[in-house]
Amino acid sequence: MTSLLTSSPRVITVGAGLLDEALRAQAVPTAPVAWRPPLPGTAEALATVLADPRRQAANELAVGRLTSARPHLVGVRRASELLGADTFLHAGPPITWERASGPMRGALIGAMLLEGRAADEHEAADRLAAGAVVLRPCHEHGAVGPMAGVVSPSMWLFEVRDDEHGGTAYCSLNEGLGKVLRYGAYGPEVLDRLRWMDRVLGPALAATLERTGPIDLRSLIAQALQMGDELHNRNRAATSLLLRELAPAVVEAAPGAAAGVLRFVNGNDHFFLNLGMAAAKAATDAARDVPGSSLVVAMARNGTDFGVQVSGLGGRWFTGPAGVPDGLYLGSYGPQDANPDIGDSTITETSGLGGFAMAASPAIVRFVGGEVADAVRATRSMYEITLAEHPVYQIPGLGFRGTPVGIDVTLVARTGLLPVVNTGIAGRIAGTGQVGAGLVEPPAEAFTSALLALAEAHK
Amino acid sequence: MTGLPQAVLVRRGAYHDSVTLMRVSRALSELPGVEAAMVAMATDLNVSILREMGFGVPETDPGDLLIAVRAKDPDAAAEEAERRLTEVDRPGTGSDEQPPLTTRSAAARGPADLVLVSTPGEYAFFEALDAIEAGLPVMIFSDGVTVAQERRLKELAEARDVLVMGPDCGTAAIGGAGLGFANVLTPGPVGVVSASGTGAQQVTCLLDRAGAGVSHVLGVGGRDLSAEVGGLSAARALRMLDEDPATELIVLVSKPPAPEVARAVLGQRLRTPVVPVLLGTPALAQAGGLAPAGDLTQAAEQALRALGRPVPEWPSWPAPPGTRPAPKRIRGLYSGGTLGTEAALVAGQGDFVDYGDDAYTRGRAHPMIDPTLRAEALARAGERDVVLMDVVLGHGADPDPAASLAPAVAGTPATVVIALIGTEGDPQDLHRQAAAFREAGAAVFTSNAQAARHARSLV
Repeated sequence: MTSLLTSSPRVITVGAGLLDEALRAQAVPTAPVAWRPPLPGTAEALATVLADPRRQAANELAVGRLTSARPHLVGVRRASELLGADTFLHAGPPITWERASGPMRGALIGAMLLEGRAADEHEAADRLAAGAVVLRPCHEHGAVGPMAGVVSPSMWLFEVRDDEHGGTAYCSLNEGLGKVLRYGAYGPEVLDRLRWMDRVLGPALAATLERTGPIDLRSLIAQALQMGDELHNRNRAATSLLLRELAPAVVEAAPGAAAGVLRFVNGNDHFFLNLGMAAAKAATDAARDVPGSSLVVAMARNGTDFGVQVSGLGGRWFTGPAGVPDGLYLGSYGPQDANPDIGDSTITETSGLGGFAMAASPAIVRFVGGEVADAVRATRSMYEITLAEHPVYQIPGLGFRGTPVGIDVTLVARTGLLPVVNTGIAGRIAGTGQVGAGLVEPPAEAFTSALLALAEAHK
Repeated sequence: MTGLPQAVLVRRGAYHDSVTLMRVSRALSELPGVEAAMVAMATDLNVSILREMGFGVPETDPGDLLIAVRAKDPDAAAEEAERRLTEVDRPGTGSDEQPPLTTRSAAARGPADLVLVSTPGEYAFFEALDAIEAGLPVMIFSDGVTVAQERRLKELAEARDVLVMGPDCGTAAIGGAGLGFANVLTPGPVGVVSASGTGAQQVTCLLDRAGAGVSHVLGVGGRDLSAEVGGLSAARALRMLDEDPATELIVLVSKPPAPEVARAVLGQRLRTPVVPVLLGTPALAQAGGLAPAGDLTQAAEQALRALGRPVPEWPSWPAPPGTRPAPKRIRGLYSGGTLGTEAALVAGQGDFVDYGDDAYTRGRAHPMIDPTLRAEALARAGERDVVLMDVVLGHGADPDPAASLAPAVAGTPATVVIALIGTEGDPQDLHRQAAAFREAGAAVFTSNAQAARHARSLV
């Protein structure tokens, strides 16, 4: 401890610029903090939560579990094995039909038609309004769903197991782009594709995985990051790597369907997205339920609300209104056509990918609003609100620095910096489908109300 | 008040530190055509000052920024204020590098030896906690930290084996680096542990004057020796100096301590002799061997004698002859709490105000930097008053206190006695400052105790 007194100190300064200047006037090296007051109304809760003697160890444990998870794709299963016949899953925090947005309603209608529970969209809507099925968040069933995230019993799910901590996570199979159920479209071409996936793709992939055995997603994601994906809005590299792993076994396991299956996967750059989400869900679930931890373990949107869950607070959701993304639009669509933010795909950001790994993905920076320098800046800023750098997910352009991982609600409140989220944009009106993609800012109140609850729980 | 038009702008949640705001205010006031200007956070004190200045202030939160100008063209002046604020808004070089937003982030970036916290007090706990969790010693310049938070920080620091200086630690000198308000001191054999910033400055300036020099000054905060805090930092600082080869003798300076705490701290087994100066508790039994000093000047003299060095005359400059009526009472206008306490004890009468107290520094710069409140008090003093005040020099303090205070001294009808605390090496030029105050009509002393005795002799 006396080493402090043996030489001139290097000083971190935080607060009044004058005192930093006074040190520099004496030729003392300083590192000034660009300090700002915390988000309004959070000071007292911050003092309580930061003083919690459990916090530091709890956060180390939680983020350590998150980054040490080793998710493997182990199988493909029908949702009916996990779900009751009358339960549909959806993205985001809990939502009712009454409060559901256009794309969420569209996807639910599509699922009713797919399941044969209604003859047309009007009947489907009436039955949904009457409570014919129970709506539950994917997250509460170990699952995640992109965009509307609707899962009905006949759909197939990827099954991902965390080899390190033993958890299991599920995600639906990606349908491709354009008019698709997850963006709220439910026309004949949407249902035809879903039926083909149900009849051909699902069984072929299930048989394939029995041959390949578990596929290491952690390693695959790490490689894809080095090939220009950020694993949310760009999955081209990861999809290609997956296809290499699967192709021979697909041919052996389902010779009749192989060409169609491989063509379908190859034709959809986002095929890996759903697997990446399940991998992220497996990892973030490993970090759940550590008493005293202020780590965010889920961020998710249902098209109406943006919700977060925190490790030390169990399954409680903390929500704020979902924002409308800022981005590029397809064809003649514009901001007036956009629905507020929707989907569980923010699980990628929660696990240190997506917007957090944007610097790894120069190919898409224009798509998400800017120059390469903006992407680098976005990733760099996220280190300010995260607890760790991912030991395996690395960014070549930042000198192979690990991606920022483990959002801490106390750091969000202290810096006022909100997570950077890359996202697709769904059409506002049920049945439209995708209208664009871009960036979205989460509502600060989701994080501040989680912080207030942590403080309350500590009292 | 004049007929010039005025403007009051509110910027919601726009934070700037009080020193920056004071500088912008000052620069604005000096512009041609500007009669009055104040740019400040909307704290209760600042709002009431603005109202006294004749400005109509709308409803605001303390987190809002107020820009108030009375000028020929108030809008242009307000624009100029905004321009100057954006100029200072971005620390660093404006490159793409993400500046650290928290102490945690700064500490993770590279080697550092010490953290200096000077945020507004209600947030200082967060940054200090980051420092301790990173294993770094911390100096908390901020006041307004609760006793419970101070206790928690110091207990954590015990576990991490690091020193916490403060809160409300105004000065320190480590390895030749002056921190906070810091006089330029010649290196030498005396180490200082101080539960009082200006007390340490008085003692070290006198030691410097006598050619003895100083090894380190470790401030511990004015409450460290209270029963609630238990002297944890003072005990650690004494042990650190005891192990320091450059320190031959230690002076322990404190405002009135809890006697049992002072006894325990001084009862530690140390090889290095300790001269305690515990203001207001002269009868405290002495475990360390050397007799306690009654005031700060005596403490410096005892230290000199213990080192076998001569005690010089402490420089003073008598007031120029005048024909004012004999003063009847003493008004103490202090920027240093301990200096004020000492002066009140020595003078034995009068009204003393500590302008460095929390009540006056919330959202305002410290009176050692911002002369406004004391200049106003001088203007309010009567012709039968003797005003006793300190002027403290050194890094971090007003670069030219005489420039603003000497005119106020010249303008007051009261008799003025000044304790000028500084060294030959200080950037403000001790002799020039003394001459300016003397020319303005004040008697100037380098010993606060002598200044107080002189004031007492006048009434």
